[in-house]
Amino acid sequence: MLPFARVVEMHGATVWRVCRAVLDEHDTDDAWSETFVAALVAYPSLPETANVEAWLVTIAHRKAIDIARATTRRPQPVEVVPERRPAPPADEALARRDELIRALDRLPPGQRRAVVHHHLVGLSHAEAAELTGITSAAARRASADGIARLRLLLSPPDPRAPSGAS
Amino acid sequence: MTDTPDTAASIPEGEASRSAAAELDAVLRQRLGGFAPSDDRLAALHARFVRSAMDADAVDVAYRTVDSPVGRLLVCTTTVGIVRIAFDVEGLDTVLDRLAAVISPRIIEAPDALDTAAGQLDEYFRGERRSFDLPLDRRLSRGFQRTVLEHLPEIGYGATESYASVARASGSPKAVRAVGTACATNPLPVVVPCHRVVRSDGAPGNYRGGMAAKQTLLALEATS
Repeated sequence: MLPFARVVEMHGATVWRVCRAVLDEHDTDDAWSETFVAALVAYPSLPETANVEAWLVTIAHRKAIDIARATTRRPQPVEVVPERRPAPPADEALARRDELIRALDRLPPGQRRAVVHHHLVGLSHAEAAELTGITSAAARRASADGIARLRLLLSPPDPRAPSGAS
Repeated sequence: MTDTPDTAASIPEGEASRSAAAELDAVLRQRLGGFAPSDDRLAALHARFVRSAMDADAVDVAYRTVDSPVGRLLVCTTTVGIVRIAFDVEGLDTVLDRLAAVISPRIIEAPDALDTAAGQLDEYFRGERRSFDLPLDRRLSRGFQRTVLEHLPEIGYGATESYASVARASGSPKAVRAVGTACATNPLPVVVPCHRVVRSDGAPGNYRGGMAAKQTLLALEATS
């Protein structure tokens, strides 16, 4: 059995994505930490043949849902959405990453989860469906719809296209 | 051109539109791949996880590394005390894999849990410390090896003893070779001073961290 330190190293980013699929950045941090503590406690009783990543994804998703439920019961601060983009990109890759995260946050929750689980965590639609308790077909549809919406959100506006009501 | 995949193929500019859509998909995939926490964020998360894990008593072995004149040292502790010190040449992953098998896989890197040990090792390597005052977990040595290793702290700082003399002190004067093995596989080198056991002809003899490391430690103690 691998030392748990290696497990954190290998799967830390995946667990973060699974949590971020459901939660905002701040709550993602809580879920990430809680996931690994819970996993560490249970780790020695995990069968040698178990798929560690799938096991962590399940724990992470459950923790994230728990936190999301607790959060919706709390009064929400009014969020002020900045109209302007943040400072000019010092690091283009970072700016594009932030742009993507903003776009993901604008997807309906079901689509966001489906996109992250399939395209980022690398689960099959069937695995993603099992995780979230929907049908495989619904997971596939939500993922496709989410990708289509992301494409719209991220594509530069066509200057020749008639501008909508502004 | 807005993205209309269902009709694009039927119009004359279909080819151009399809390649634009494919290009956009490629960009999207590339960006999705970047949807990951930054290294700084992961490091901060990790520090927080370690604190929670220690508070929850869920850690069986905590480890950190310490830089030293004999290379990077891996220092591992259980809740009982320091259980293993390893030289870089032994391979950090190899040592941790072994601890996972014989103690517990609940092993995490927790530098703060080993601040005292790291501090004492630093002092020792600066020549400012002559003996260690650390709780030790001796579960990795048994039987005769344990008897031998428990005798070693009686060899004073800067002094040396021969394998034969240690064999006598351990109550088995004929077990010179076994003393050699016990020292060469000491799970707590430096802190349990097996480097002070040398051959009767004055040659240093085998050492877990290599001959050069043993000579460095002996030279350090001879001059401090």
